[in-house]
Formats: sequence, structure tokens, C-alpha cells
Amino acid sequence: MSVVGVATAEPAGTGARRRKSRITKSPKIVVGAAILAFFVFIAIFGPTLAPHSASWQASNSSAFAQPPSAKFWLGTDRQQHDILSQVLAGGRSTMVIAFVAGIVASVLSILFGVTAGYIGGLVDDVLSIIANIFLALPGLLILMVVMKPLPAGDTDNPILIGSVIALTAWAYGARVLRAQTLALRDQDYVESARIIGERRPRIIVSEILPNLLPILASSFIFTVIYGIGIYVVLSILGIINPAQASWGTMIQNAQGASAMISNDWWWYAPPALCVALLGIGLALLNFGIDEIVNPRVRSRKGSRRGVRFQLGLTPVVRADRSPNSDVPAPVMEGES
Amino acid sequence: MRAILRRLAFYVLAAWSAVTLNFFLPRMLPGSALQAVLSSIRSAPITPDELHALEAEYGSGGKGLMSQYATYISNLLHGDLGTSTSKSVPVTQVLGADLPWTIGLIGTATVIAFVLGTFLGVIAGWRRGGLLDTLLPVATFFQAIPYYILAFLLLMTMGYLWQWFPLAGGYDITRDSTVEPGWNTGFIGSVADHGVLPVLTIVLASIAGWILGMRNVMITTMDEDYVLVAAAKGLPRWRVVWVAARNAILPSISSLALSVSLIVTGSIVTEIVFSYPGLGLAINNATLDADYPLMQGILLCVTFAVLAVNFLADIVYVILDPRARREA
Repeated sequence: MSVVGVATAEPAGTGARRRKSRITKSPKIVVGAAILAFFVFIAIFGPTLAPHSASWQASNSSAFAQPPSAKFWLGTDRQQHDILSQVLAGGRSTMVIAFVAGIVASVLSILFGVTAGYIGGLVDDVLSIIANIFLALPGLLILMVVMKPLPAGDTDNPILIGSVIALTAWAYGARVLRAQTLALRDQDYVESARIIGERRPRIIVSEILPNLLPILASSFIFTVIYGIGIYVVLSILGIINPAQASWGTMIQNAQGASAMISNDWWWYAPPALCVALLGIGLALLNFGIDEIVNPRVRSRKGSRRGVRFQLGLTPVVRADRSPNSDVPAPVMEGES
Repeated sequence: MRAILRRLAFYVLAAWSAVTLNFFLPRMLPGSALQAVLSSIRSAPITPDELHALEAEYGSGGKGLMSQYATYISNLLHGDLGTSTSKSVPVTQVLGADLPWTIGLIGTATVIAFVLGTFLGVIAGWRRGGLLDTLLPVATFFQAIPYYILAFLLLMTMGYLWQWFPLAGGYDITRDSTVEPGWNTGFIGSVADHGVLPVLTIVLASIAGWILGMRNVMITTMDEDYVLVAAAKGLPRWRVVWVAARNAILPSISSLALSVSLIVTGSIVTEIVFSYPGLGLAINNATLDADYPLMQGILLCVTFAVLAVNFLADIVYVILDPRARREA
């Protein structure tokens, strides 16, 4: 039994209005979304905005990387490519591949996780075993072995690369979704939908799935972060060699030319920081979503001073008793 | 006991799938793997025996798929993983030399991250809204940065710019001639010195997960009646925290099992950045040389290791949680 205090300042409004205000109030979501929007913008318009094309060279004679200057804001690499242009143009493939991986992995995890959780029995056993096996396989190693012999045409196909990355990434989400579907399956509203004779696909799509959205969003973001990391690593290691400049290939070039020893920091730092910043933005977004669906894990922010978090006193929001809030979001994966 | 047996059956199945996947992987690839293997061998000396073994392994010896599969399984059971084409030594020998480094690296880093992270998580959950709790997003930042970038940034700052730690390798016997490989203080010191940055990378990248997970479960657990009872009985503060923490640690253990393969993936990347002489560096070199037997051997070895850790975590879980014993 917990003593319930009222921690949040908002009055009970309609669900939609309250959720909206909650989202704009969370600094984590605002900052995270802003960072993501920035990189989406670069992915779409970057190549057009870039002052030069990625393969443009400032001169043919010089063999020194030029430090940042008024002419080249981020300097040039040793082959006299403009770093700024490359950074602007290099984001697109990384973003597209990571999002394709996220989408494909989400679809797979819904297919496996929700089906296993809802149908149960032998189907559940088989699907869970498949998911658990995929979970134990070291994804990066398999990708290294599989992608190495791919012909050049295939490594430039973002849909293909993204989908292959997704194959190693869906199992985690499937497990979380299965656990949550199991919890939802026996809820009264699902029961009543079953009793009035709704078909199974309809129940899954219109009763179960909407309540899985927060978890799905969080596992989607997680997969996108994973996809970015994997794609960047695969191109840095030279496993795949995309024709266009990407952040990964930029770092690979810098490393191949020992840029760190000649101290050409402007060469490798911009792409590395872009990848890091994008990851941080996505993680902030994930953090914010988690706090909204799971008010208990929120830290003090937003609560009135005077409410002390201590033993037996966990302020939780009690105003909204829609089915949505009845389902406790899993505190963390592996709870099942 | 039945619970453990049930899990064991799963692991046998998983191991078999990994072996089978490993068998079919080079055969499903576009372009014959044998071509790649043979073209990489042409420069290296190869005995007729080895060529024969390779043909049997990659299916151009004219035998059917099933008999190839049978040969493969039987070789595997005899501990024969084939011969590395780039190094011309048995794959098992390469594994034997590199595996200890990887296990040492991952083991140290995971123990540090898990113990420290769980401890910090208990404190953050107990004193919610406290200093540690507000610093939590900082730890999450490190988690969000891909391993490669994090390792790279650490290498550039602490290794190159400030020169606190060596840049590459697992040990150094050239700088100090008195140091030679073996169990002596000089060598162990050198290994520890070289290990700091790789271990730090893995710890930084994985600790946020443990802190956050433990904190969130702690918060839920502290609402339980038995914690309230413990406090009402007038037990000292730390005993109350202990009661809550002991129960809250269970999900962390099962998520340890889940995240092992992610940690392994990350540490492989880390090894490559720091040229650490483990399996990660070995598979990177093997990929560059198109050394399929070695790649497959490492893949299999790592998968088995992950499965073994999972099984251990399962056993620990069953020992700690009586409910897990009853459910099965």
C-alpha cells in the first residue's frame, strides 16, 4: 500500500490536452526532439545546403589538411575536400539506414512479440525461442561476416542495409512487447471485446496495439540508436564502402591517413560529434517518453517543493483512470 | 531443478541453431565463399590436405549438403574448427591466444559496471531527486554515444591529447626491456595500464543501464509493504535499504543475461579502436583478409560464450528467486 500524494501541478484535464501539455513541458523531450529535427533537416537539405559537393577538391597540389578558416568553416581533409560539405552530405545515408532499421525491426518485433503474447501456447513457445536465439547472437559479428562480401551496388542500397541490420535488432523489442501483451491480454476491456465477438486481428490492432505504443516508441528509438552505431562502425571498419561520403567513411578516411597523429582534429571531430549528438538527442527523447508513460520514475522535476520522495510516499498521478494509465509500463526490460 | 533443466534444453537448441547458422552463412552469401577463401590463400602456402579440408568445408568437393553438414558437425565435436587461411594455423590456436584477453576485458568491465551501477542505482532510487538522481542524464549521454565514437573520443583525449594512458595494444614489451610476458608485476602493470581506456569505454557506455534499471525497480520496491514493515520495526536505515535492494536486484540479473550480447558487440568495437589483442581485433583482421574459417570460429566461440553467460545468469536467478523455481 502506498501513500499517494499529488505531485504534478496540472489539474485533471481531458486526456489529449493533458498529454500535449506534458510533452511540451518536458525539457528532455523538447531538447531531444529539437536535436532530432535538426539532423532530419540536415539529412533532407544538407546535400543542397552544402557549399561544395562532397567530392569537390579545393586544389590538386596541396597535400596538407587545412585547418578551419573563413573560407572553409570546418577546414579540409588531406585530399582538400571541404569538411563542412562532407558533414552536411554525410548524414543522409546514416539517418535513412537507421530509420529503416528501426521501422523494419519494429514491424518484426510486433509480428513476433504481440503474436506470441496474444496467442500463447505452442505458438508462444516457438516464437519466444526464436526471439531468444536471435537475442543471444552477437549482431555486429554476424553483420561483419554477412556484409563483407556484398557487392558495391548492395552496400549503397539503404533499404537493404537497414533491413539486414534490423534482422539483428528486433528480438529485444519482441521480448518487451510480448511481456506487455501478456499483461494486456487479460485486461477487462480486451476480454469484453472478445466476448462481443470481435475478430482476433481487430482486437490486436485496435485494442492491444494502441496501448503498446509507448513501448514501441521506446524500442524504435533504441533500434535507431543501435542502427546508427552499427552503420557507422561497419563503414569505419571498411566492411561496407558506400560510394557517397558518410560520417563513418569520413572517420575511416581520417584514421587511414593517421589524422590523429598529425593532429588534424577538425577532420574526424565533426562527424564523430554529429554521431554522438544525434545519439544523445534520441536518448533524451527516449528518457522523456519513459517519464511520461511511467510517472513513478520521474525525478523531482515538476513536483512542488515540500513533497519529499521517501519511504512509502511515492507521489503518483491519480487523476486519470483511463485504461491507458491502468497498465503499468514495464519499469525495465527483463521484468517478465 | 526442473526450471534449470528446461532452460538447459533451450540452450542446447540455441547452440545447435548457432552451429547450423554458422554452417549455412558462408553458403548463403552472394559469390562463393570458397572463391574468396581460395583467392586469399593463393599467396599463402597451402598443403593438399588443407585444400581438401577447405573444399569439404565450403562444398566444392562434390559432396551433398547433408554430408557436408555431417562432416562439419563431427569436426566440431572433435574440436576442429578448421585452419585460419590468413595465419595458416588452426583456428582453435588463434582462439586460445585471443580469448583470454577478451574475457579479461569484458569480465573486468562488466563486473565494475554492474556492481558500481547497481550500487549507484540503489542510492539514486533511495534518495530520489537527490544529487545523484539529477546527474543521471549525464550517465545516459554516454550510453547513447555509439561505442566506437566513445572509444575514439577517449582515445583522442586521455590517450593522445593528455597522454595519460597508452594508445594501443594490450601490453608493451618494447618500451621497457625488463618487462616480459608472464605473471610478473611489470607485465601485469603494463597490461593494467593498457586496459584502463578499453575498460573505461565499456564501463561508461554500459553503466547508465544498470543505474537506471536498479533505480527504477528500487522506487517500485520501496512501496512494498515489507519495506514499510522493516522501517516501522525501527531497523536501521541501511538494513531497510538492504531489504529493498535485495528484492530489486532480480530484474537487473535477468537483464544482465539479455545485454551480454550487446556488451560483447561493444567490446569488440572497443578492442578494434584500441588495437587490443582480443577476439574483436582478430575478427576485424579476419574480415579484412576474407579469412572465413577464422571468422566463423570466432562467431561460434562468441555465441557459445554468450549462451554460457546467459545460462549462468539463469542459474543465479533461480537460486535467488524462489518463484522462478516454482513456476517451471
